[in-house]
Amino acid sequence: MNVLYGLLQPDSGEILVDGAPVRIKGPGDAIKVGIGMVHQHFMLVPVFSVAENIMLGAEPAHGGFIDHGKAVKLVREVSQRYGLPLNPDAIIEDLPIGIQQRVEIVKALTRDVDLLILDEPTAVLTPQETDELLEVMRGLKAAGKSIVFITHKLREVKAVADRITVIRRGRTVGTAEPTAPESELAELMVGRSVVLEVPKEAAVPGEPVLEIAGLVVADDREHRAVDGVDLVVRAGEVLGIAGVQGNGQTELVESIMGLRPARAGSVHLSGKPITTWHTREVLRAGVGYVPEDRSVDGLVKEFSVAENLVLDLYDLPPFGGRFALDLDAIEAQAEQKIAEFDVRTQSPHQPVGALSGGNQQKVIVAREMSTPLKLLIASQPTRGVDVGSIEFIHSRIVAERDRGAAVLVVSSELDEVVALADRVAVMYRGRVLAVVSPDTPRETLGLLMAGIDPSSSSHTPGTPASGEQDTQGEGMSEHGEAAS
Amino acid sequence: MTTSTMDVELAVPEAYWTRARKTGAVMIVLGLLATILFGALASSENARFALGENVSGAGFDIPGTAGAILFGLVALAAGAALLVTGKHFGVLTGVALMGFIISALCWQMSVSPVSHIMPLGFIAAATFTAAIPLIFGSLGGVLCERSGVVNVAIEGQLLTGAFFGALFGTLTGSFWLGLLAAAIGGALLSAILAVFAIKYLVDQVVVGIVLNVFAGGLTAFFYEQVMRPDTDAYNFPGKVPSWPIPGLVDIPIIGPALFNGNIFSYGSLIAVAVITIALFRTRWGLRTRAVGEHPAAADTVGIRVLGLRYANVLIAGLVAGFGGAYFSMLSTTGFSKYMVSGAGFIALAAMIFGRWHPVGAFFASLFFGFFGALTGFLTSISSPIPSQFLSMLPYVATIFAVAGLVGRVRAPAADGKPYVKG
Repeated sequence: MNVLYGLLQPDSGEILVDGAPVRIKGPGDAIKVGIGMVHQHFMLVPVFSVAENIMLGAEPAHGGFIDHGKAVKLVREVSQRYGLPLNPDAIIEDLPIGIQQRVEIVKALTRDVDLLILDEPTAVLTPQETDELLEVMRGLKAAGKSIVFITHKLREVKAVADRITVIRRGRTVGTAEPTAPESELAELMVGRSVVLEVPKEAAVPGEPVLEIAGLVVADDREHRAVDGVDLVVRAGEVLGIAGVQGNGQTELVESIMGLRPARAGSVHLSGKPITTWHTREVLRAGVGYVPEDRSVDGLVKEFSVAENLVLDLYDLPPFGGRFALDLDAIEAQAEQKIAEFDVRTQSPHQPVGALSGGNQQKVIVAREMSTPLKLLIASQPTRGVDVGSIEFIHSRIVAERDRGAAVLVVSSELDEVVALADRVAVMYRGRVLAVVSPDTPRETLGLLMAGIDPSSSSHTPGTPASGEQDTQGEGMSEHGEAAS
Repeated sequence: MTTSTMDVELAVPEAYWTRARKTGAVMIVLGLLATILFGALASSENARFALGENVSGAGFDIPGTAGAILFGLVALAAGAALLVTGKHFGVLTGVALMGFIISALCWQMSVSPVSHIMPLGFIAAATFTAAIPLIFGSLGGVLCERSGVVNVAIEGQLLTGAFFGALFGTLTGSFWLGLLAAAIGGALLSAILAVFAIKYLVDQVVVGIVLNVFAGGLTAFFYEQVMRPDTDAYNFPGKVPSWPIPGLVDIPIIGPALFNGNIFSYGSLIAVAVITIALFRTRWGLRTRAVGEHPAAADTVGIRVLGLRYANVLIAGLVAGFGGAYFSMLSTTGFSKYMVSGAGFIALAAMIFGRWHPVGAFFASLFFGFFGALTGFLTSISSPIPSQFLSMLPYVATIFAVAGLVGRVRAPAADGKPYVKG
């Protein structure tokens, strides 16, 4: 979509508008050929007023001086014509997200676009706001505009779309009519092309190691990203967390690791409360952590392989004494781990950033498994990793389980979760919708990932999936939304 | 996932010790200090505040000891009010500071062996004169940073302007051509900042500091090699014409300051007005601010982010370079090494103190100028406080202003962040 709007340039292929090929070098060109876009992350200046944001780039002016009255009039006109009420003088950062999105839509409409791209517009909306948006989209369609609506949510596409195209991993995997059953769409979305096989024995679960109760965590924007999660991971089992990315998995893991404060609820490790512990204390208590983004959190790219292998152990014997590092011990550790984990590097002194993604990931896994673990948390353990390394990392994770560690695997790749896990928890909108066996049919898992619990009495969305929580703060819950 | 989801758990009770209350507590301490210390040290001689530019003429007298105690109490009261209510931060802080300063003046003037008279008109004029280069410098900062490029190179821009003004003013024999050259000189230095910051994505603070050192070294080199051997030929720019406005000049206190001016003083006022209007009323201004706040948003509506940033950094150089000529063409005749001596950094502080707003920067510059003028005055009446200590005053004021008094300042959101597409 960024290519369509001129933010990125295509490597090959062409774009046709009204049958004629066009070259879109920048957003300006896109607007000229009648393409407007509402971005997932709003392109609004927070300290500007609604009118200022809408006119930006196409300001009505006399000799350079902005005609503010005319801009306000334009906003009123367009917002009335399409039934999208706005106060032109309100400041963006004071407005709720849904209204900000309305500003984005009006901004595109004032530019007389024929095609409107909505990039995951409902990801940030409450169910009520979502319903309003769907209504707006119907209105725009009636007014003759074309809309490309990108979403993960089946209910929404089925509600408004005239044609549905499913894209997975950069490819079109199929098209469907809105009348197609949800299970068919879910199947297309989650795919079942590659079946990952991880050889493993049946799990022998022991004592609970990680116990999470009623955990609530806020994301960076102070929204309830983790919304009352209860989970138990036992020694000797792999609990996999499946779900479309952005449903609270990141925040859940960060909170366990002490990287993000819990706003409510508790986390226990082998019976000890660790809710407020510092990350280092959590690590020292026997937790291994493979973060989801290795280039940001897992490695110091400029540091050598050897240094990265002791990144959280450097101050402990034998690597660090009171004053100085024991470089020989660090090197010996590096030699041993490189051999054990088959890290393909020219030498332990090579900067880790020079290695391939798979080898970088093996460095992290090697480091995290170099102390005896009670609990291993692996977030997206094989993202951007070659097939050979995937197998290796998976087998090490299973080996940790068999050694008696509790393992929590978070992945947005359903195949990976199913292959590794002994139990699968599906997260949706900050909640665990269900904990199921990995043998559960794909369609069922797909529906769960889309927020629909097929085991409940009817197939309509909005059926409470788990026990009702107290409903403070309207709109925070997926439950009870009416599919109109 | 909405806006109002976490309010129950996440509501944080507002702390009692707000910025206003903390400031109030500090003001109470200052007020006590003034009342007791200044009151004890002051003599019973009158301190006289004359309204004109010199010590004769109309004025009013305040008895030293009584004045020091009275105004110390004023500061104390304002501080107490601020502590108790936590409201009216600006007004009460201003009153408290004024009380403290007047109390200090009553003490200083009443014990001075030289003169018990302070000519307010002169102080006002000196304040404004000292503020002029700060105004131009901070405006250069505002223009640059509103578009998202950090400008630490104000010092270098002022210095380059001073050098170019003196050199080309002498060579061409024209004061006006010298001024033009000063502006261009500032823009040249700015161009280096622009290329490194915008094109090569170098850390903008580092580039700025390097440019300051570079400008200092280069101008000092040419000063030694070219100007000093033959001052008449290379370093003797023309005199600034003075343009008093009849009638208005005679207004007490502010008349001489504002209306007996020259191209720099009038120019600074005009520049503040023009830049304020341009930033907040024109298409260019709206786009500039958009680029400084959220460049991706500007890009998605077809605004050329980098082009606008280049333009603004260059304009900032023009403005600061023009102001730099003040040093070599108004305050003294001719250029000398490192003559800007930190004014560029005070201008930077004035920009922050003024919250990246041209008018705010203007008043912040006056604030710093006032401390400069006060230092000059206290030195002239042979204040018992060592002159080195007095000349620290503006810098101490800077630290307080930037660190404490400004409070929650919001820089342009994309300030200092290079924009890379995608």
